[in-house]
Amino acid sequence: MTPLPPRTLKLDALAGKRGEKLLFSGVSLTLAAGQVAELRGPNGAGKTTLLMIVAGVVRPAAGKVSIEGGDPEGRTETDIGYFAHRPAIKARLTVAENLRFWAALNGNPPESILPALETVGLAPIADLDAGNLSAGQTRRLALARLIVSDRPIWLMDEPTAALDAQGEALVAKLIDAHLDRGGLVLAATHHELGLAHPSQTLVLGQPLVAA
Amino acid sequence: MTADVTLKKPNWFSRIANPGQFLAWSKGFVAPLAILTATLFAVGLYLAFFASPPDYQMGETVRIMYIHVPNAWLSQFVYGVMAVASIGTLVWRHPLADVAAKSAAPLGAVFTGLALFSGSLWGRPTWGTFWEWDGRMTSTLILFLIYLGIIALWRAFEDQGRAGRVIAVFTLVGALDIPVVKFSVDWWNTLHQPASVLSMSGEHVAPAILIPLLVMTLAFTLLFITLHIVRMRTEIFRRRAESLERQAAANLMA
Amino acid sequence: MTAFLAVIGRDLRLATRVGGDALTLVLFFVMVGVIVPFAIGPDSATLSRLAPGIVWIAAFLSMLLGLDRLFRADDEDGSLTLFRHAALPLEAIVAAKVIAHWLLTALPLIVASPILAVLLAMDFAAWEKTVLSLLLGTPGLVALGTIGAAVTVSLRRGGLIAPVLILPLSIPILIFGTGAIAAGNPDGISNAALLFLSAISLVTLVLAPFAAALALRLSED
Repeated sequence: MTPLPPRTLKLDALAGKRGEKLLFSGVSLTLAAGQVAELRGPNGAGKTTLLMIVAGVVRPAAGKVSIEGGDPEGRTETDIGYFAHRPAIKARLTVAENLRFWAALNGNPPESILPALETVGLAPIADLDAGNLSAGQTRRLALARLIVSDRPIWLMDEPTAALDAQGEALVAKLIDAHLDRGGLVLAATHHELGLAHPSQTLVLGQPLVAA
Repeated sequence: MTADVTLKKPNWFSRIANPGQFLAWSKGFVAPLAILTATLFAVGLYLAFFASPPDYQMGETVRIMYIHVPNAWLSQFVYGVMAVASIGTLVWRHPLADVAAKSAAPLGAVFTGLALFSGSLWGRPTWGTFWEWDGRMTSTLILFLIYLGIIALWRAFEDQGRAGRVIAVFTLVGALDIPVVKFSVDWWNTLHQPASVLSMSGEHVAPAILIPLLVMTLAFTLLFITLHIVRMRTEIFRRRAESLERQAAANLMA
Repeated sequence: MTAFLAVIGRDLRLATRVGGDALTLVLFFVMVGVIVPFAIGPDSATLSRLAPGIVWIAAFLSMLLGLDRLFRADDEDGSLTLFRHAALPLEAIVAAKVIAHWLLTALPLIVASPILAVLLAMDFAAWEKTVLSLLLGTPGLVALGTIGAAVTVSLRRGGLIAPVLILPLSIPILIFGTGAIAAGNPDGISNAALLFLSAISLVTLVLAPFAAALALRLSED
């Protein structure tokens, strides 16, 4: 397993808004290579908003996100693999075509596609239209995209949603493998992920910080 | 990727710039500005209609020019204000900038509409019709449509903060494009029609005409400034009221 | 380069597979030409005089109506968010989409233009000029339209606003596009119009991806 480039993710007194409403404030966290943090909290507490802030999509209401360890002149967006709610899979393209597109867009070789599909168990139906996939299979395809994109930082929003027990085990396996390679994971989740690695916990909807 | 939005020490700029402060200091300006505007209009209208000579070609109808020209000037000036406000939104995320832009758009549309209307009345005796595709009038019409599009955009967004940022991009694109539009319309006009008829006879504008024109222009500009401040205040109050409504709903749920 | 081509390839595939509406726009274009004689009478002399304008209006309408498809699908399924983390910068992704959109909307129109030329009694020389002006002007139109699509991407029912926004701004393209063809114009004017048209298209093609990418970023904020 090739190691990932080392990064450190720092959240510094982050505050997040949805529209006018302040959802959380004073959130701080440091994640070094090989570490994982679970983001907990009731629905509406702002977990997705926090992830979107860390992903650089939404501006924080206050505070700072920094990703250290990369080229200071470079774009930090390419350090991020965002596993979001919406799958970004096109129904009219085949499974393989969907993945091939993202591999090309994210600068990864096409050879990585088949192994990724095999890992998530979709290799047999690689040439089927993605519109035929169930919700769980679509999520697996999104996981394959995460594998193929080979980014050090994984931001995951409810990674086990729509997945069965096998799927949940797959997610845990992938996260553990990612951490072994020196990656970082910040995952918003309702469930216990069952990881081999110990994780920090960040709870929103309560006034505090990483435990 | 860092986004440092921590509170900075307030300097004089942010002191006048934040909406609350703006409400405080602008309150005292509205009445004096309104009086000044009214005075200038009184003086200007008197000069325009009674104290200036009729044009030797167009006769008395030239007096509509004293309404048309200031409004035509304002139609562009207000867009300039919107463009500057847009820069304020995009570069500094200035809280007042998108309030300024949003408040200016309908005013700009009205002044442009008045320019079109007065231009139409002015041209009627000369053209025989209420509209000719004259170069300047056509450009003004296109500007009018751009204003209306921007107003439609403001109304289409639910999140007004997002609206302000996105509309700022569009306004600046428009600002770059408007000179191109003017150029192309003039080019088109010289192809299809003789030179513009809406000009005043004579190369030099006599002081007897210039002074009332300047006074009227100043009067209309001050009218814009007064109305703009009033609209900005109203918009800030409106946003506060909405914020309170939302909080009330949220508190009910909590 | 691979990434750039991959974006174009994906958009092309999506539009031409089942469920894509690539042909509908061409049909719309031809239909505008078909209904014109019903509105203004079938007199050949009139038609051929008005033909350049009609072709351009038909092209305008078809392309403006197709703007919504540029970003809406990608916005709805979350692709736009992932584009921001791509190795290819968002501006380049937008530029690739502009090219794909041109291939899907403008190129078919140009290919279908002989039909319109015949229906509207255009002579061959006029048609040649029409194709040239469409080739030079439609890229600028697509680029400008992309800005409108980006600005309205977060509006649920933004479908008609984008054309309304872009139409006034694209009048220079219409003026120079038709100016290049109009029968009464001597070659000097024609060529000047083509030059202006090319200049506008070029500048718009270069600047639009930046403006559109900025609008897309601000729409998610």
